[in-house]
Amino acid sequence: MLAYIVRRLLWMIVLLLAVSLITFLIFYVLPSGDPARARAGDRAPPARVEAVRRQLGLDKPKVAFPWKDSQIRRYYDKLVLHQDLGTSYRSNNAPVWELIKVRLPATIQLALGAVVVWLLVAIPVGILSALKRRSLLDRATMGLTLIAISAPVYWLGLVMLYLFDETLGRFPLVPGFDSYPDGGLTGDPAAWFESMLLPWIVLAASFAAIYARLLRSNLLEVMDEDYVRTARAKGLRERDVVVKHGVRSAVTPIVTILGIDLGVLLGGAVLTETVFNIPGIGRLAYDSIVAEDLNTIQGTVLFAAFFIIVLNLLVDIAYSFLDPRVRY
Amino acid sequence: MTEPLLSVRDLRVHFHTDDGVVKAVDGVSYDVMPGGALGVVGESGSGKSVASLTLMGLTRFENAEISGQVLFEGRDLLQASNEELRRVRGNGIAMIFQDPLSSLHPFYKVGAQLVEAIRAHGDVTKRAARVRATELLALVDIPDPARRIDAYPHEFSGGMRQRVMIAMALANDPRLLIADEPTTALDVTVQAQILALIRRLQDELDTAVVIITHDLGVIAETVDDVAVMYAGRIVERAAVKQIFAAPEHPYTWGLLRSIPRLDLPRDASLVPIPGRPPSLINLPGGCAFHPRCPYVRDRHRQVEPPLDPVPDDPHHRVACLLEPQTRRKLWSELR
Repeated sequence: MLAYIVRRLLWMIVLLLAVSLITFLIFYVLPSGDPARARAGDRAPPARVEAVRRQLGLDKPKVAFPWKDSQIRRYYDKLVLHQDLGTSYRSNNAPVWELIKVRLPATIQLALGAVVVWLLVAIPVGILSALKRRSLLDRATMGLTLIAISAPVYWLGLVMLYLFDETLGRFPLVPGFDSYPDGGLTGDPAAWFESMLLPWIVLAASFAAIYARLLRSNLLEVMDEDYVRTARAKGLRERDVVVKHGVRSAVTPIVTILGIDLGVLLGGAVLTETVFNIPGIGRLAYDSIVAEDLNTIQGTVLFAAFFIIVLNLLVDIAYSFLDPRVRY
Repeated sequence: MTEPLLSVRDLRVHFHTDDGVVKAVDGVSYDVMPGGALGVVGESGSGKSVASLTLMGLTRFENAEISGQVLFEGRDLLQASNEELRRVRGNGIAMIFQDPLSSLHPFYKVGAQLVEAIRAHGDVTKRAARVRATELLALVDIPDPARRIDAYPHEFSGGMRQRVMIAMALANDPRLLIADEPTTALDVTVQAQILALIRRLQDELDTAVVIITHDLGVIAETVDDVAVMYAGRIVERAAVKQIFAAPEHPYTWGLLRSIPRLDLPRDASLVPIPGRPPSLINLPGGCAFHPRCPYVRDRHRQVEPPLDPVPDDPHHRVACLLEPQTRRKLWSELR
């Protein structure tokens, strides 16, 4: 088990280097904005822009062989030797790592809250519709899940804003959800909770639907298993048959997907954060793409990849506890 | 004369499906005496499993139409509520199944599954149930039960898993044990051990046993009586000796002739029964076996044969329209 984890961690480093290389190539080699101009300011004179270019090393060749002084070499020297993601070209020279660190709490709160919401919805819905297959309840909820899956997050978010926003909404039930309070959770917990409620629901909607359908079909399959028949033949109460023998098996594969989905969301829920103006990683990524802030884009992409890889590892470790047949 | 422990009367189980009504069990009657052993033999699709699952209430699906009587210790289980049936399952009647790997939950240790069975029917502490579980594993000859109780099903061999299933079935001292193809998924050498174990436990614990199988060889030494099922009905019923020595039904002859025999030359070929079991939706008219029967007469396609006693052996019943003398003559030529 330990050897397995060490091996996976080494692989993680290789993967992250590969991801960083790909983003470097995409944003540096392919034509895009001019970072020197971005840093110098839109109205800076050409001489000033050239000075900044030299200062940032952007006058060096992008890629040079053998491993000589070049932009890619500078980038990797910083990243590998100093674990430094560089500085933003826009936000007053701020280190990218600092930018990400400030944005991280909001993203984590958004992702974890949404996970709680969608599990609270999906688990009971999935179980009930499997047990009452072909009932009105089953058909109604499965129809609703199709709508939830089909509705894009940005559309759902805007509809929510239209309906419930404090100033322009038709039914302003929840005050202040459209503005993430300064200080976040630690500042004003009540205001924070109100501001996160709708984003959680919007982000969770499609996941809740997917998970409910998945749990339903898993459970339907499991309830036909021989060991469920054995559980009934033992004379267990139907509730124990369903929960201990059926659901226990049916949720196991869902844990795998949950880990990956959570990893993706921790890398930033770009659309939800943008629609609801939440200062998270996704919002940072969006802003830096708009501003052609290459170092920050690199940083957010690497971070997203990091979360996905780590959560995948955690899922695989968790799986060996959930299913005793799995051993590493 | 003692009352039968289990008395099945005219049991019918029909499933309504999109393709039509599947008459899985169509008028089956038999008795099992306390401590007795009955073998139910038939091909797959003969209704033998459905009949026993129905005793346990495990076929109470929406599309199932169940009629008849299943008297267990004098009480009709078909009329029992789900909760009443639950208390009978694993308590008065226990069941083991064909594939012990898929029949045990892969995520729980065998000890936990045994404890669960024990605690389903009694107010027993976990600790006491665990002690009992260890005893049960010892009873079914699992070596080192105190250690093996904490193993997972996949850590056992096939034969050992079936022993665990048997231990679990015996957890609450059932009066009746139904074994549905208990050895089919096992190696031949292990089959004999499991059958010997069932026989031994039946003697020691005085449990009545119903063994369901497609293999007459399996039950030859294990049961007292045999019921041969075909297309949802019993076509022949007799003491096990009579089934082997003087079978009356052409289908039983077919089953017997498809078992290898030591008293015949080694190159004597086995004789399969021609054709396939009939569709349970469109049963052939008359005797359901007539399309595969080499001795079919015109009348057999119209008249349903009743399960009548054989002359001079009231215990031996057969549902065949051939004259008794003709049957004896045919069998003496076949063997």
